[in-house]
Amino acid sequence: MSAHESNYTPTSRVGKWFDERLPIARLMHGQFVDFPTPRNLNYAWTFGGILTFCLVAQLVTGIVLAMHYQPSAAEAFNSVDRIRRDVNFGWLIQPMHAVGASMFFIAVYIHIFRGLYYGSYKAPREVLWILGVFILLAMMATAFMGYALPWGQMSFWGVTVITNLFSALDSIWAGLGTAIVEWLWGGYAVTGVTLNRFFSLHYLLPFVIVGLVALHIWALHVAGQNNPTGLDIKSKSDSVPMYPFAVAKDAVGLFAFLIVFAWFVLIMPDYLGHADNFTPANALVTPPHIVPEWYFLPFYAILRAVPSKLGGVVAMFAAVLILVFVPWLDTSRVRSAKYRPYYKIAFWFFVFTCVALGWLGSKPAEQPYVFWSQFFTIAYFAFFLIAMPVLGLIETPRPLPRSITESVLGRVTGGVAPVPAGAAAAPEKR
Amino acid sequence: MASTAEEPNRRDFLVIAGNAFAAVGGAIVLWPFIAQMNPDSGAQALASVELDLAPVKEGQAITAMWRGKPIFIRNRTKAEIEQAKTVDLAVLVDNSARNMALPESDPATDANRTKAGHENFLILIGICTHLGCIPKGQAIGDSRGDYGGWFCPCHGSHYDTAGRIRKGPAPRNLEVPPYTFVGDTKIKIG
Repeated sequence: MSAHESNYTPTSRVGKWFDERLPIARLMHGQFVDFPTPRNLNYAWTFGGILTFCLVAQLVTGIVLAMHYQPSAAEAFNSVDRIRRDVNFGWLIQPMHAVGASMFFIAVYIHIFRGLYYGSYKAPREVLWILGVFILLAMMATAFMGYALPWGQMSFWGVTVITNLFSALDSIWAGLGTAIVEWLWGGYAVTGVTLNRFFSLHYLLPFVIVGLVALHIWALHVAGQNNPTGLDIKSKSDSVPMYPFAVAKDAVGLFAFLIVFAWFVLIMPDYLGHADNFTPANALVTPPHIVPEWYFLPFYAILRAVPSKLGGVVAMFAAVLILVFVPWLDTSRVRSAKYRPYYKIAFWFFVFTCVALGWLGSKPAEQPYVFWSQFFTIAYFAFFLIAMPVLGLIETPRPLPRSITESVLGRVTGGVAPVPAGAAAAPEKR
Repeated sequence: MASTAEEPNRRDFLVIAGNAFAAVGGAIVLWPFIAQMNPDSGAQALASVELDLAPVKEGQAITAMWRGKPIFIRNRTKAEIEQAKTVDLAVLVDNSARNMALPESDPATDANRTKAGHENFLILIGICTHLGCIPKGQAIGDSRGDYGGWFCPCHGSHYDTAGRIRKGPAPRNLEVPPYTFVGDTKIKIG
């Protein structure tokens, strides 16, 4: 892994005996205690830890819910109701899981935007970034199948609409799309058979995510963390050990995040959901206005913006998959947007584009929403396909500090470093 | 190096043959695990439904179920039939009859989408060909879209009085299920 040695020294005889046989404590100490983290990380860097918390929380609450949930068309809706009303603490655990999915996506989107702003996808972090895109895809699949489980109207019609996306393949090869859709459904329409398999896969996929996250963290600990300057760690004074510095900062970020989380769970548990999902699934009535959960709305807007079935489906999947190519689309040599005046503007316009698409995705498919969906769909892809490659070539970056230390302490003049208050308190065991 | 290509020996043969058998064996073991997800024989059993259309008066519509799918049955008014017949086929988005009883190359005329002698009854699978929503237009007071047939509220597809797609993202006309008239007013779907 990274160019540093674990300072682990077993203190007890048992610890020493164990370390010689399975040095797992040494590994953990090296990667999560001594690990050098850039000294200038800001709060945007706490979302990795927050996401780890989200994943564990979803696993724990999900395993509990699976003890009470019944994945059948006849009983699914009632069993969720029973969990919320009768099961001990079900009123708490069910919203923790449902709200938890939304919180997971809030955190992951901030995490992705942070990566885009500070150029965390650039060499040598391409594999780390691509693993992240795979995690996002796995999260989307898991969330989609999880939303099916309460078997309300939105569950049912969400599954119908999204699985039908694959029928667009019929226009490439007649019958292929239909065959795939019927294979996914296990019938000729969405039924309890479909619900049953979605439950099985919804239980499986989080463990796939755990595996991908392990690889993501491994890749992170090979390349080391990026930081707001985008500079590499060059000297010992550029970094601090992960514990207690980064861990303490992560804890502050996590607690702030948990306040928002708890507020939703305890005060407005169903705010992020949709009222139609409190009506049991009915195969004969489509709700007048189908919308996915908020975290899928930007992609839903892109799907609806393209006036062709196959084109819409392709655009929607491309909107996620284009992230894979970002390390090569961005031609700039400077990582951080802090030193890239034009990219910074493009980035914030891109953030606005995503929010606008999200809002438009919640609106019915009529004018003027369709026009603006099309406008922002073009803007979305233009950010990746035009702004990223072109700005890297024409932009003159601002002067970069010579090191991370200099960005924090200012330029060292005449051998006397201006030491800000508090800096001397850092233990100099570097 | 390239000029001294060795003759394949017994070991090369065994490695290739062994790997080939392992690959075929792997595919054979994999198949049941993929195929188990396809519709089972219970779902495949082509249930047929018989219906009496006598109570469906002119201008009325009912929805039946067949193979888990909604079937739209509309007793069209004279004006609606006239409207469907006079459409220039060149303006249609999908010029295929989409009638399971007819070949796909047949044009989407009104006659090809109904049964001779019962042109007033239009019988369709009520699933939008875009992403599978149930279009509006069956109940009184529903929006029937710009062409007087059905309107899918999910993504804004408009169907005309012969169930043909006219506007919106849906790629195909509403499907006509296989059915026969078994009496003057009785039909059998499937």
